[in-house]
Amino acid sequence: MIDFSYTVLILLIPLVVFVVVGLFGNRFKPIVSGLVGTTGLFIGWVLSIFTAYNYFFVSGKGAEGAFVKVLAFSMRWLNLTDKLHIDMGVLLDPISVMMLIVITTVSFMVHLYSIGYMAGEKGFSRFFATLSLFSFSMLGLVVATNIFQMYIFWELVGVSSYLLIGFYYTKDSAVAASKKAFIVTRFADLGFLIGILMLSYATGTFDFIKLTAPDSPALTSGQGVWFLGLSTMTWSMIFIFMGGAGKSAMFPLHIWLPDAMEGPTPVSALIHAATMVVAGVYLVARLFPIYHMNAVALDVVMYVGAFSSIFAAVVACTQYDIKRVLAYSTMSQIGMMMFALGVSGYGGEEGLGFMASMFHLFTHAFFKALLFLGAGAIIHAVHSNVMQDMGGLRKHMPITHATFLIACLAIAGIPPLSGFFSKDEILAAGHMKSMFLFIVELTVSGLTAFYMFRLYYNIFWGKNTHYHHTPHEAPLTMTLPLMILALGALFAGLVPFASLVTSDGMPFETHIELGVAIPAVLAGLIGITIATLMYRKETNVPERIFNTLGGFSKAAFNKFYIDEVYLFITKKILFNYVSRPVAWFDRHIVDGAMNGMAYVTNEASDRVKKLQSGQVQQYALVFVSGALLLALLFIYLWTN
Amino acid sequence: MLIMRHELLLVAIAVILLIVEIFLPNERKRLIIIPSLLLMAGVTIIGFLPGTTGELFGGMYRNTQLTILLKNILNIGVLIIFVQSVDWLKKDENKEKISEFYILMLSTLIGMNYMISSGDFLMFYLGLELATIPIAALAAWERYKEKSAEAGVKLIFTSALSSGILLYGLSMIYGTTGTLYFTDVAPLINGAPLQVLAFIFFFAGMAFKISLVPFHLWTADVYEGAPVNVTSFLSVISKAAAVFIFTIILYTVFAKIAVLWSQVLYVITILTITLGNLFALRQQNLKRFLAFSSIAQAGFILLGIIGQSQIGMTTVIYFALVYIFSNLAAFGVVGIIANRTGKENIDDYDGLYRTNPNLSLVMMLALFSLAGIPPLAGFFGKFFLFAAAAKQGYYILVLIALINTIVSLYYYLLVIKAMLLNNSDRPIAHFKSDGFTRLGLLMCVFGIVVVGFISAIYEMVLNLSFGLF
Repeated sequence: MIDFSYTVLILLIPLVVFVVVGLFGNRFKPIVSGLVGTTGLFIGWVLSIFTAYNYFFVSGKGAEGAFVKVLAFSMRWLNLTDKLHIDMGVLLDPISVMMLIVITTVSFMVHLYSIGYMAGEKGFSRFFATLSLFSFSMLGLVVATNIFQMYIFWELVGVSSYLLIGFYYTKDSAVAASKKAFIVTRFADLGFLIGILMLSYATGTFDFIKLTAPDSPALTSGQGVWFLGLSTMTWSMIFIFMGGAGKSAMFPLHIWLPDAMEGPTPVSALIHAATMVVAGVYLVARLFPIYHMNAVALDVVMYVGAFSSIFAAVVACTQYDIKRVLAYSTMSQIGMMMFALGVSGYGGEEGLGFMASMFHLFTHAFFKALLFLGAGAIIHAVHSNVMQDMGGLRKHMPITHATFLIACLAIAGIPPLSGFFSKDEILAAGHMKSMFLFIVELTVSGLTAFYMFRLYYNIFWGKNTHYHHTPHEAPLTMTLPLMILALGALFAGLVPFASLVTSDGMPFETHIELGVAIPAVLAGLIGITIATLMYRKETNVPERIFNTLGGFSKAAFNKFYIDEVYLFITKKILFNYVSRPVAWFDRHIVDGAMNGMAYVTNEASDRVKKLQSGQVQQYALVFVSGALLLALLFIYLWTN
Repeated sequence: MLIMRHELLLVAIAVILLIVEIFLPNERKRLIIIPSLLLMAGVTIIGFLPGTTGELFGGMYRNTQLTILLKNILNIGVLIIFVQSVDWLKKDENKEKISEFYILMLSTLIGMNYMISSGDFLMFYLGLELATIPIAALAAWERYKEKSAEAGVKLIFTSALSSGILLYGLSMIYGTTGTLYFTDVAPLINGAPLQVLAFIFFFAGMAFKISLVPFHLWTADVYEGAPVNVTSFLSVISKAAAVFIFTIILYTVFAKIAVLWSQVLYVITILTITLGNLFALRQQNLKRFLAFSSIAQAGFILLGIIGQSQIGMTTVIYFALVYIFSNLAAFGVVGIIANRTGKENIDDYDGLYRTNPNLSLVMMLALFSLAGIPPLAGFFGKFFLFAAAAKQGYYILVLIALINTIVSLYYYLLVIKAMLLNNSDRPIAHFKSDGFTRLGLLMCVFGIVVVGFISAIYEMVLNLSFGLF
């Protein structure tokens, strides 16, 4: 067995970078901060690849040929009692190693890209410091050895994401967006925390290895009916999923994601495409053996995932802000991953959905980060987020155009690009479970192809907009990451995922099922064809269709008024009927009692102060009489 | 002789400094600063090397893993004070007395070490006196200033009184048991009225050193009058050393009357925390303010001692460690500001954040740690103390302590509010502190943050506390 303890460095390097750049960033030239951050992530990237090689190809397999969980590093952090303690450590298993690769790759690309993208911005060092903090938190989250460590890093991820979304803190909309993201995910995390407490109360452990072992206490304890006909364990899994749904922007907790696009675009690529938003998927995957035994909880995952994917796909078709289209597209793709987990069984080929979900997470990271970074390059060039301001950019920005097209084809599921393989596995897994949901996901596939090519044609083809400044291709630090990620988007699908990442570590064989693959590709092609007809040249067809659909398209354009529903619930109901009475109680009764106490304390303080006269003889008197009084009192007490 | 390593090394430095002092002309006295710091740093580091434990002089002197740890903690504290006082010592009026400062501090530290390692009341008393008298000289350092002279006089008077009472108590112990050795006294303690009286007198003497109510009245005057660095030494190192030996003696010598002294401590704890807080609430001078806050903090320490448990000893040491870093950070900031501007009132700190953000942040961190805000070390220190007391069933006491924590939070926040939120027409001007001050503050901040996060330190203390039983 290889000693994996060096993997702790992958975490520590970004932390050190954060501290150094965060504290001393102002002292250096901005570019130094950028280089330090990028170098740190580069080292982490190399180490991750090295780890993955060692784990998958050298020593990750146990005696039975299945990949085992390796505790690479562990220290006891907080000892509550002998049995209950919180550890910090590094746990390696197929999914965490895969996530290491995803996170460090995308983060490294984003760092590199940001050197060009953020050049000249105020707060350049702060940006890189926070980016490193985020990378550290995210890496800590995926390698967590226990659910409490995961929760701590989960919150750290939330904080750093808050800081990054609100990076332009002088802009009101950015501040509002960062607050919204933080509050919504915080609210979801409340559910997560309740779930953790229930889970650990029932099982007596936080440890992932124990929780997911075949003889896990989670499979035996907490099984009795507890509330509304479900067991404690099922409820705890549902609550934990609530946390995951918040971070992964699943319906109805998705409202923060589109607004979060106020952050700098590289941030959107890193956080809101490839890493943080898949934390929810990762969480369910991490606890999958327990979810698998609680069918109702798993069904919740499946339905929420399926609904989110179709919901977001419809909304994405109507948006004009290119980053918002991508945001809804992310939500839709993550919905598919959740769906795949929800339909999955456990062990060997039964776990096809699990494998498909992780596979899609992996490929999606590449093409979605590529799309966001490409969008960033475009925004950089035309200084606008809205697609009406764009058009005909393919001549001005050839590299961006080519890479963007590759990503669009990949996400549309056109073979042999990466998205095809992973999406095909998801559809196959769905097909085994339910015909209806299979058709829903097929529709999502078609819609995905449609809105992605709507975006593509609107940006790169169509009308020849007259720009104030002729847009030009981005600098090399920005185009290089695009090209590298494009390679990933092209070839990531060729990774033999089923022999590496599976639900129980046992490798199995997959094959392309024509009954699934042909409809899937057809759906993609139909979507692309429609988009081509509608948007390749500027016509009034889209407008006419939009108008024929009337109310529905308007509702979709307004994101089905979910934000308004939230506002109604919070402002009209919560504020009026809950907050007001509570505020009254707080102001008059709680504050009254507090002020009363404060008044008494102050008065007492005034009286007491006079004891301190400054006269030594008085001090001596108090001293001696104090000693004597004590002596008398206790001799009296003691002898009686 | 390796057993006495800590003490001998300190004596060696003191002697070296004395000799060098003779040969250095007045105008070059400042040259002694760096070597002194290096020597002290060296001793601190050597202290951490694995040492031998054992007894000397027929059991009068005992060295265990626990006492080694305690001495190391004190060494770190003194080292930080040395580093922090460089800026002040370099002032013109102090330059002739630099080595005096070091030698006096080292003498007290030697006294404390002997006190902690004592296995006999005589040795204990010698150590105690050696740890007190030089401090009086240090308190009267600025003898041309009325307040400083007053501080020295008050300290020597009141400590003479307390020593008298303590000795009286010890003589009664000798009278009832016929020995002064801790190990021999312990089995003969039976709670006879005379022994109760003896214990209370001994207790009063220690309470004076730890400044527990009602034996605390000297504290504020002395803290205010003495130079800041001496005050921080008094409030941190002196207090910690006294608490250490006090706990050891309670747990070993007076183990048989634990019920009695737990009751005494119960009363004194409530008095100390409450009155200390009430006094602190209305103070304007920061040194007085910190003096009273440190009285309240001492009350919190008693929480851990009550009930005699191994956890108790551990929490006391851990809290003392945390307290050293937090309080030294606060005094460090007050010191450098007093030094550069002569201002030491809370009002003067209005708007400090605008002009000196770094100092304000350090101060904020220190006060938050003292107030016990997570995740700083102070939170864990208080948490463990409360947990230890609650484990022994002292729920009401813990409740009173909790209420007092809230009161203390209020007055700590007053200072933070002044620095961060208040505006001032004439804020303290921006100044650049020297490298030593920064190093000192950095050490404190490091301690505040790291001790809170690394639970291994708590584990280590816990394991060493086994040695006591």
